[in-house]
Amino acid sequence: MSNTELEIVVDDPTAPEENSPAVVSTGTVDIIVSLLLLALALVLGWDNWRTGASWDSTGPQPGYFPFYLSVILGAASLYGLGAAFMSRREAGETFVTRAQFRRVLAVFVPTFLFCLATQYLGLYVASFLLIAGFMRLVGKIALWKSLLTAFVFTAAMFVTFDIAFDVIMPKGPLEAAFGY
Amino acid sequence: MEAFGLLLHGFAVLLTWKTLLLMMVGLVLGIFVGVLPGLGGPNGVAILLPLTFTMDPTSAIVMLSCIYWGALFGGAITSILFNIPGEAWSVATTFDGYPMAQQGRAAEALTAAFTSSFIGSLVAVLLITFLAPMISSFALRFGPPEFFAVYLLTFCSFVGLGREAKHKTVISMSLGLLLAGVGMDTVSGQLRMTFGSAELLRGINFLVAVIGLFGISEILLTMEERLALRGHAAGISLRVVLSVWKDLPKYWVTLLRSSVIGCWLGITPGGAIAASFMGYNLAKRFSKDQESFGKGRIEGVFAPETAAHASGTSALLPMLALGIPGSGTAAILLGGLMVWGLNPGPLLFIEHKDFVWGLIASMYLGNVVGLVLVLTTVPIFASILRVPFAAVAPMIVVSCAIGAYAIQNAMFDIWLMLGFGVVGYVFKKIGIPLAPFTLALVLGSRAEDAFRLSMIGSGGDMKVFWSNGLVGTITTLAIVLLFWPVIDRAFAGVARLVRPAKA
Repeated sequence: MSNTELEIVVDDPTAPEENSPAVVSTGTVDIIVSLLLLALALVLGWDNWRTGASWDSTGPQPGYFPFYLSVILGAASLYGLGAAFMSRREAGETFVTRAQFRRVLAVFVPTFLFCLATQYLGLYVASFLLIAGFMRLVGKIALWKSLLTAFVFTAAMFVTFDIAFDVIMPKGPLEAAFGY
Repeated sequence: MEAFGLLLHGFAVLLTWKTLLLMMVGLVLGIFVGVLPGLGGPNGVAILLPLTFTMDPTSAIVMLSCIYWGALFGGAITSILFNIPGEAWSVATTFDGYPMAQQGRAAEALTAAFTSSFIGSLVAVLLITFLAPMISSFALRFGPPEFFAVYLLTFCSFVGLGREAKHKTVISMSLGLLLAGVGMDTVSGQLRMTFGSAELLRGINFLVAVIGLFGISEILLTMEERLALRGHAAGISLRVVLSVWKDLPKYWVTLLRSSVIGCWLGITPGGAIAASFMGYNLAKRFSKDQESFGKGRIEGVFAPETAAHASGTSALLPMLALGIPGSGTAAILLGGLMVWGLNPGPLLFIEHKDFVWGLIASMYLGNVVGLVLVLTTVPIFASILRVPFAAVAPMIVVSCAIGAYAIQNAMFDIWLMLGFGVVGYVFKKIGIPLAPFTLALVLGSRAEDAFRLSMIGSGGDMKVFWSNGLVGTITTLAIVLLFWPVIDRAFAGVARLVRPAKA
């Protein structure tokens, strides 16, 4: 069987180090999320109360169902807040280490910029920039490979969606110059 | 056998070159999605959904369900060859699959995994073929109170039976239900929770949320891990396949047990993950030679794979028959049905016979084609892992954005997707389960409509949910399940009080 086997080895040179210090603990994030959810529950609850959360002659008003859901959400977040303060065990756990956080940001920031670019330059140009830039800068892959991959992928997407399947994507000045 | 005739009709609908081609494309894409880190069944289906918007519903669902089968098959490849479970439900497969690969029996393990996946899904599809029409014709008698009771049962069983902290499940579910209510109220036409924003008028689209929650957040999570891997991509020869198949009858008890567990957990919202672990643990417990588990025993591959696939497939049963998805992926397929203008639920079996039986027939055919496909192409798919993640990650991001935009042609949805990506990342890390959120978001407006219609019908009397035997039973069952942990503890406490008294 060994003659049909091929070994596959993939290294990850930029892997996050094991002993990196924690940025924030799980307990803290738990508390922050609970507070945010509580605030959301209050805002939504208030809005639904304003819309009308009682009964009229035809049955429940539009705000009735969501109002009580906001109450449930608020109660559960309050409970979560209490539980997060009470449990000392979970509080010490690491939510994310500094090295991990750096890697997460290395994806999140380009994704954010990609969304921004899509808004102004159209999806295809933004997609080309994201793939080429990410491969080159984050993945340290050779420039020509990055540019080629980005171009082929973007072109394939354009042909598949805009031409073959008639799913129209947002476009910018470049596509306008070509008459699309 | 009415079901049998209809099934044959379903095959007739399918057997065109175009459908078969779509099936192959779907399977290949699915295996691809299952093998790649940072993607999975639900994401794959959600991202590729826009491709199907211009197809007719039957072709669309055939392709999407094949993506799903493909992803289920693909998860096994990475767990056996590289000890990396592509999906959470493949974790149990690594226990014995990877040791087998290290002993040079990778081909055997892979054959076992694919064959048992095939058997698991086949049992589940048989169940769907004969049970779904019966349930749906029974459900035709349902009015709004019955439907609300069934929705309530689904939500309550998630809270009562889920393994996560209860308040976190409640948070996830109520948040999903609330977000489902944003926008125009379907009964009165009034605006709710839009805060004057024109973008929120459309409401928060279920699929946009799913793409963000599963697609974007998964990439963020994957980046945290060390992405190095090492392993052998083994080709599978016909001789190995035949020798594994020859031994298959010896393991019929394991296969049957896992199929039953999988079907049960698939229909109730237990899910494929729980099913695969349960299948593995039970196979171990009933084995005469427990020590050899975890050291490369073929039964340790059969048991979890059969259960995971039986569960993943049977999750489609409640979706087809009642319009209630049994898993995250089924929820996304349900979202697809609504996009194509089909109303999931019991009426589907009457109004769209071609569609339903075409789908069921495609489950049979897709699994057969899938089995042949994976057995012959494993080395190719394994070498996909050589593609650096730095190239894969941005492509996934672009695909997610295309998917999110295409649903309503709105730039706002791309931003919404990004927001949900962050939410999904944080929720996953602090243990707020996403499945109840997904389910609540897709069922939210239907549950609310059912509730309000029953309230209007009864003049605001809550007793309508106990007005006849059927609805009363379902509602009571829902409430029992909601408080199941408390009831369970109470029983245990009583038992403890009684026993010393006896002794």
